[in-house]
Amino acid sequence: MIGLADVGVSYGATAALTGVTERAGDGEWLGLIGPNGAGKTTLLQAVARQVRYRGRIEIGGRPAGGMSRRALARLVAYVPQRPQLPPEMTAGDYVLLGRTPHIGYLRVETDADRRICGELLDRLALSAMAGRQLGTLSGGELQRLVLARALAQQAPVLLLDEPTSALDLGRRVDALELVDALRRERSLTVLSAVHDLTLAGQFADRLLLLDRGRVAASGPPPLVLREEVLRPHFGPGVEVLTTSGGERAVISRRQRDQ
Amino acid sequence: MTAARPAAPRDRASAQDHAAGHDHAAGHDHAAGHDHAAGHDQAAGHDHAPARVRRARARRPLAIALAALAVALAVGVSVGPADLSPVTVAQALLVRMPWHPALSVPPVDTAIVWQIRLPRVILGALVGAMLAGGGAAYQGVFRNPLADPYLLGVAAGAGLGATLVIVGGASTGLLPPVAFAGAAGAVAVTYLLGSGAGRDGASPGPGGSTASIVLAGVAVAALLTAIQEYLQQQHTQALQQIYSWILGELSLASWSDVALVLPYVVVSAGMLLAHRRLLDVLRVGEAEAASLGVNVARLRLTVVLAATLGTAAAVAVSGLIGFVGIIVPHTVRLSAGASYRIVLPVSMVAGAAFLVLADVAARTVQAPAEVPLTVITAVIGAPFFLFVLRSQRARRDLS
Repeated sequence: MIGLADVGVSYGATAALTGVTERAGDGEWLGLIGPNGAGKTTLLQAVARQVRYRGRIEIGGRPAGGMSRRALARLVAYVPQRPQLPPEMTAGDYVLLGRTPHIGYLRVETDADRRICGELLDRLALSAMAGRQLGTLSGGELQRLVLARALAQQAPVLLLDEPTSALDLGRRVDALELVDALRRERSLTVLSAVHDLTLAGQFADRLLLLDRGRVAASGPPPLVLREEVLRPHFGPGVEVLTTSGGERAVISRRQRDQ
Repeated sequence: MTAARPAAPRDRASAQDHAAGHDHAAGHDHAAGHDHAAGHDQAAGHDHAPARVRRARARRPLAIALAALAVALAVGVSVGPADLSPVTVAQALLVRMPWHPALSVPPVDTAIVWQIRLPRVILGALVGAMLAGGGAAYQGVFRNPLADPYLLGVAAGAGLGATLVIVGGASTGLLPPVAFAGAAGAVAVTYLLGSGAGRDGASPGPGGSTASIVLAGVAVAALLTAIQEYLQQQHTQALQQIYSWILGELSLASWSDVALVLPYVVVSAGMLLAHRRLLDVLRVGEAEAASLGVNVARLRLTVVLAATLGTAAAVAVSGLIGFVGIIVPHTVRLSAGASYRIVLPVSMVAGAAFLVLADVAARTVQAPAEVPLTVITAVIGAPFFLFVLRSQRARRDLS
């Protein structure tokens, strides 16, 4: 469970995020949408304390601002948009990095840590990859591996920045299905920035529409994914179609003169 | 480069699966290649042991490096201007041991081995271990393959300290402590200037000041080197003595030098080795390491402090020996694996072996004159360094 109260971030004189107040409960998936530069990544970075923020962020009822890095890392796992993947590191070693907040300073992993990571590799269908170097893995495998490292932190809050940007259409759904299954298994609170509005609407419980650092709209997907809500932020070409199954698909139509 | 490593644990893993009698275990590896098949497999397979996650092991490369060190030490005590046979050297070594067989060794041979060769070989090993280990640690903490233990001004500070002692006409006994103070002082100034800069709210990530520390090191080193060169220019009669110190030499090594550096090397190496896992965490970058719970600023300060103390002590007794801190860790990375669990301990042992052998070359290729150690390490180091750069670029293009 996570709560933000009047959170703001500035880069020098530029305000990247202003007055964001929001809550997300256990097991809830909050989708962050908005045009480029809206502040989606900045919001995730504030929760992960990768940037300095004003206002108040609470995780599990405790203020996050005064926590040690280690305490925060036990509560929040953050997957950046482009994680650094040392090509010579083995997949097993990479997942073990996720145990860092649970390993004492200057200690090394125990058998329990290795077992937790082994189970995660199994769960994410990476069992055979444990000894492989990251440089030899495919984009989809790396994407699951990064997720495995985040889950190894055993944190109740999972932050995902564009988790599907490097994947093809089919893999995107697979990846988000996996996140969805995992958050249900572990009642994770998921905050994810998703560019693809259609996918965001299918997976998130609620959407937070940001533009120029401010909350422009928030609510369940059917309320946010409407043309009159989206067009001021994404442009007049945005159309929302309803499929035969009742799902909303957001497309951007080319503007032509009649 | 590590073709043998990943294969071995998996062979062992499937062998264990067979032993446990899971018929479908053998097929597991194949099935796991296909995402969907693996998913079904694991849904059905509660009786499966989970995937075996092993961390990188240093055992085999460490054994090889230790063997190389043993050879280097043996060669080091056996070679020298006094033409002692290996048997004589062995007897001279034994005769000072607590329980030794009855031997008749000329006292002068015993003295050559114990008072001249042995301290020199041991000092070379300690200096080599420290320079290589310090280089590996600096490369890890600054995440820069070109970092060496002199990055933050150790060399310039020690050089200025040594120059001051020599041009001031002070006793050469003051050389090590003053060089040490210069080295440690230069790094302290660099760190204070560098870590304070570049920390406005605009820089993303915690602290965000690695680059500014390195830049401060460049500035401090330039300033100290300029002062040192001015002093040299004013005292040309001392040039040769200054240069022979700067280019590195072990010819005056004594047991008191060994006693001087040993505590620093032990403490420094111990602290660096204790941080091996955290240096591996840092391989994913400072921002991600912080999100994994690492206090990056504290880690950086601790590692720099440990590496600096050891390097400053090594430099104080040996002068400025170049390239060891770069070529040894990179050779280990390329041949044994990039994990700091491997790189740190193996670099220390391999660095010791390398410097002992380089010193053997230094005192034999032009005997009875001695070639400066830096010349030897650079003649081997520079071409090798180009090779490392090329192969690193090749690998980055692949990834």
